[in-house]
Amino acid sequence: MVVRSRRRSLEPIAPGYTRADVEAISATNNEPQWLRESRLAAWELYEDLPMPSLQTEEWRRTDYRHIRWNEAEKQVRANGATLNTVPAANREPLIGEAQGGLLVFVDGKVVHNELAQELTQQGIVFTDLQTACREHPDLVRANLMTKAVLPSDGKFAALHAALWTHGVFLYVPRNKAAELPLHVVNYNTRAGASLGHVLVVLEENAQATMLVDYSSTTSETQSAYIGATELLVGDAANLQYVSLQDWNRETFEFSHQRGRIGRNANLDWIVGNMGGRLVKAYLEIELDGMGANGRMSGFFFADHDQLFDHDTQQNHNAPLTTSDLLFKGAARDTARTVWQGMIKSLPQMQKIDGFQASRNLLLSEDARMDAIPGLEIEADDVACSHAATFGTLEEESVFYLMARGIDRPTAELMVIDGFFDELLQRIPFERVRERLQAAMENKIIG
Amino acid sequence: MGAALEIRNLHVSVEDKPILRGVNLTIKQGEVHALMGPNGSGKSTLANALMGHPAYDVTAGQVIYDGQDLLELEADERSRAGLFLAFQYPVSIPGVTLANFLRQAINSRKKAEDPESKGISVPEFIRLLRSKMDYLQMDHSFAGRYLNEGFSGGEKKRAEILQMATLEPKIAVLDETDSGLDIDALRIVSEGVNRLKGPDLGVLIITHYQRILNYIKPEFVHVMFEGQIVENGGPELALQLEEHGYDWVRAKHSAAQ
Ligand SMILES: Nc1ncnc2c1ncn2[C@@H]1O[C@H](COP(=O)(O)OP(=O)(O)OP(=O)(O)O)[C@@H](O)[C@H]1O
Ligand SMILES: [Mg+2]
Repeated sequence: MVVRSRRRSLEPIAPGYTRADVEAISATNNEPQWLRESRLAAWELYEDLPMPSLQTEEWRRTDYRHIRWNEAEKQVRANGATLNTVPAANREPLIGEAQGGLLVFVDGKVVHNELAQELTQQGIVFTDLQTACREHPDLVRANLMTKAVLPSDGKFAALHAALWTHGVFLYVPRNKAAELPLHVVNYNTRAGASLGHVLVVLEENAQATMLVDYSSTTSETQSAYIGATELLVGDAANLQYVSLQDWNRETFEFSHQRGRIGRNANLDWIVGNMGGRLVKAYLEIELDGMGANGRMSGFFFADHDQLFDHDTQQNHNAPLTTSDLLFKGAARDTARTVWQGMIKSLPQMQKIDGFQASRNLLLSEDARMDAIPGLEIEADDVACSHAATFGTLEEESVFYLMARGIDRPTAELMVIDGFFDELLQRIPFERVRERLQAAMENKIIG
Repeated sequence: MGAALEIRNLHVSVEDKPILRGVNLTIKQGEVHALMGPNGSGKSTLANALMGHPAYDVTAGQVIYDGQDLLELEADERSRAGLFLAFQYPVSIPGVTLANFLRQAINSRKKAEDPESKGISVPEFIRLLRSKMDYLQMDHSFAGRYLNEGFSGGEKKRAEILQMATLEPKIAVLDETDSGLDIDALRIVSEGVNRLKGPDLGVLIITHYQRILNYIKPEFVHVMFEGQIVENGGPELALQLEEHGYDWVRAKHSAAQ
């Protein structure tokens, strides 16, 4: 008798979507012809691309074959939930008493859309992507997956382009500034697939600060978030962009996120990953104009069987550009984290300054953290460097605190909080910092 | 009667290497002791072992503090019981501000006394911290800085005494608090310690130099050599060491003889 063990197939299984799903989503939303066509073109591309597997270099450490597509592929459908479904802490104003703008999605459906009058009067657009497609078709059409994230970036980028379900659109016209911060909440109460999009367009000399929050309620059923984030920062514009992820523990995130930075423009980008079961995120900045400056800060805390894989790129496409990346993360239990970073420059791009650092705090013997820095520089007048460090909780530090009467659990908490403090301080919203600190402490104690 | 720290025949090893080989010393509240001795003789080992540093293994002997077995207590319990160590080499802790740290230290005491305690209020704490900083002539901006991070040698020592002043211990061990202090700072820090002195505080000053002892006058002076206290005396013993060095101690007590 032959005993056959049940084994996972070597190649990852693709979700069961068909062209009909693409047609259906376009029809349901009553989308214009150009959008329908762009979705279908992306679908063709998607069909031609293989599912990324462990044989693909960028995916070598990220095995996602435990995803159950039969659960995770079902499109999340709104269930009559309202703004009040969202925990109050996640929707309170970021600064002071008033909202600059607040756009809330529950299960992919807009339940709240508010923009302060000062901002509306300046011609600033802050709304959901479907509405933007109807009301500002030219702006959206010119920028949606044509400049930053392209459908051809990968299997999941193509899938997203074909099937995106909802999204946010921020547009700040030339010389205008959104003085008050804009806040987007993505909150899921139901399991399944959501394909959310962020499209930010800052014209020349425009300014904005935006925070996007992702979270979902606990579920045994699996979910997939297949997202794309596009940040277009025009010449001399200034964007501060913070995104925080706290999905439930059965969510798989596959996302492509890219910022393009024009001449003398600044992008200050902060990414925090706390939740989810597996996260594979591509985070890339393109320094396109002379004098462009990009800062990327990432923090993450992985516990239990979480896997976070951050794949970053700093592409210096113009001379006199600077980029600075700092990722700080901790891992405990049997969690795994991967950071792979690359700084690239085109030939003849002189006076480039690029830096990347990955700081890793290992809180258990069974956790594993990888950091793989990389440089591909084809110019000579450059200052590019990288650093990766790994450490455990410093017993000397814990002892010092204990020697002043602080008990061990509190002392350990303080040292770990301290490790992240430098990064959290970069988030300009005190309430958000406090919320993150509390989430972090739950992970340390839990 | 005040608290006393009684060290009896204490043996301590580091990484299985014996360092202290039978230390006997008693410090009572209200007394000032000085501990001197050549480099590597075991002074800091004694200090760390008293505080409960996990790298220092007590292999024999006893330490009785305020009637209880000190060695049974964790470092935090020892601190809350009133023992304080000003470290020879204070570590820096990135991301933890001096103020946040001291507030936690105070609150941990309040919580131990009364589990219901909400801790010290922020305004009350700020007032307390500022007054202590003022008399150590520390700039208030230190409160917001990460603990010891980027502090100069002298600033670290001053911050140690600030902690002592805030926590008001019963027995304090000052491990080379004078090293790295400039002449003015030495005076300010010594005056700070003198203000804390009194019937409720016992002090053990570990030092190499007479200078600090001119400010904080010890009643008892001890000499450590090769892991044992080999000489005991009064202030004149420190002066004798200042003048003649340790050669005579070596000649008299060297294990080789
Ligand atoms: N944590 C440690 N790890 C390894 N060796 C140690 C440790 N602490 C102390 N020792 C060793 O124990 C011996 C005594 O060191 P200790 O620091 O107690 O000396 P000390 O008297 O304080 O000297 P100094 O006057 O230079 O400060 C030295 O040989 C030292 O190397
Ligand atoms: Mg010493």
